[in-house]
Amino acid sequence: MTNPVTAPSRLLAALEAVRDPELDEPITSLGFVASCTISADGDAQVRLRLPTYFCAPNFAFLMVADAYDAVSATPGVRSTEVVLEDHFASDAINGGVAARAGFARSFDGEAVGELHELRADFLRKAVLAGTDQVCRPLVAAGTDPSALAGLTLGQAPPSAALTRLRQRRAELGLPAGDDAPLLIDQETGAPLPGESVPMHLRRAHTTRISIEANTGICRGMLRHRYGTSGLGEEDT
Amino acid sequence: MYEKDGEKYFVVDSHMHYWNAAPDNWVPGAEQYAKGWIECFHAYQGLGPPQTHWSIEHFQKYSEDDLMTDVFENGYVDVAVFQPTYLKEWYKEGFNTTERNALMGERHPGMFRYNTRWDPRDGDEGLRVLKENVERFGSRGCKLYTAEWNNGSRGWKLTDPGAYRYLEACQGLGIKNIHVHKGPTIWPLDKDAFDVSDVDHAATDFPELNFIVEHVGLPRIEDFCFMATQEPNVYAGLSVVIGGLMYARPRFFAKVMGELLFWVGEDKMTFGSDYAIWEPRWQIEGFVDWNYPESEEFADYPGVSTATKKKILGLNAARLYEIDVPAECQLDAGQGTPAAQDDAQLVSGA
Repeated sequence: MTNPVTAPSRLLAALEAVRDPELDEPITSLGFVASCTISADGDAQVRLRLPTYFCAPNFAFLMVADAYDAVSATPGVRSTEVVLEDHFASDAINGGVAARAGFARSFDGEAVGELHELRADFLRKAVLAGTDQVCRPLVAAGTDPSALAGLTLGQAPPSAALTRLRQRRAELGLPAGDDAPLLIDQETGAPLPGESVPMHLRRAHTTRISIEANTGICRGMLRHRYGTSGLGEEDT
Repeated sequence: MYEKDGEKYFVVDSHMHYWNAAPDNWVPGAEQYAKGWIECFHAYQGLGPPQTHWSIEHFQKYSEDDLMTDVFENGYVDVAVFQPTYLKEWYKEGFNTTERNALMGERHPGMFRYNTRWDPRDGDEGLRVLKENVERFGSRGCKLYTAEWNNGSRGWKLTDPGAYRYLEACQGLGIKNIHVHKGPTIWPLDKDAFDVSDVDHAATDFPELNFIVEHVGLPRIEDFCFMATQEPNVYAGLSVVIGGLMYARPRFFAKVMGELLFWVGEDKMTFGSDYAIWEPRWQIEGFVDWNYPESEEFADYPGVSTATKKKILGLNAARLYEIDVPAECQLDAGQGTPAAQDDAQLVSGA
């Protein structure tokens, strides 16, 4: 057996693209990556950890499967193993992902569907939360909220939050180009009529608070459980 | 009762437990779940102040004396509402059943209310047990876990026809308060078990019942808020909100409270310590002292007054459970009506 190299940067970079679908943050910055190694021959091994033994298995499955895909697609990787540690469904998830079995087959008799719709639901929440992240500074700087309905994505000032919002919209197949309206219905992609802007922004703000508060609880539980930082972990 | 700066707060702890999760109660073959469950609860306790943390052994099984001291003697609580959690697939005698709670509480007359539970998958036999529990223990509320395992079934919804039979039975038996656990949970595996749309429909169809959504739908607070604002008989149960955020994440706590005060309103929020996850004392002291941080971020949230805190800590739940409140703890004229349903249209038409 060849000696593994600890936490190669290209693997960690690949894992940074994997998000917790519920919290809409990379699994690296959340502290979920316990270790990641690759041998000289290209055999990659990733160990993931979550805040509790009972974290929702559907989201856990998505993260393990996405990590598997991201690592497998990294140049120089010959084989991939992703292991979720210390979880009540570790065996079913790890085995299912390794066998490329899909969620329903991995949990035979306990699940009837795949998780595409669940993922899309949470992407729509991320779009709403991202709308607040982009619009709140604009309103604070003096833009009249009703004027936001007339803006396009290309007219909004560039920011990391705007880039992220456009990525999330594109993932959902919602309009994300320069000419697309800044404010859209996150279900249909239709432009928002001016009169519904105040309530849309209010809901967007609540959605963001909910995600951020939930993230805070998850971070606190993870720290209590392990007491060590994950690879690439950043606290906010 | 808690007294601070000349103000007297009548405290109803509307969500607490008396459990046995020690190894002597674990179901053979399901030990890993029983152990994992209580360890998960114990991790939540880690979000409270360090001086309030317990050892896992103490946390698995605490005594009647511990509870009476923590909740009433040191914890300021006037009346506590037991919320049972059965989990009999993992715990031989259940995690904390109506019977266990009531047998203990009967030695302390007047200090507890014994909520019971039901599960529509139990059919006619479950209806019989529900009636028996109401007659034996005087239950005026139920705690429902829509995501609980039951003979291979992974969950249910309040809108299932079987559940409507039980809700109708509740109305007939004099039950007023339906506490629905919508919060951190596990099953059903392939669904979003936090979905609150079933509460929305049931609350409309059963206007005589109050629906208290425990843990305010965390981690989907927004879905709960958008639903609750349209339903006059839906309330926000604050267990986990105060215990899990106020100390560990004070800025998020302030934002979540601001959102709840905006969408749901101070007349429809109820304190619950979630004991023994967290002791009530630090939660009550901290909440009475709490206000939004000085920052523009919090400027557009509804204000918080002494009356707000009195309602949330006890007066709202006292109204829901028809508990007599001493005159010295009641609100002055003009400070509003606890548990009032008529502010629910605040943002209707949204």
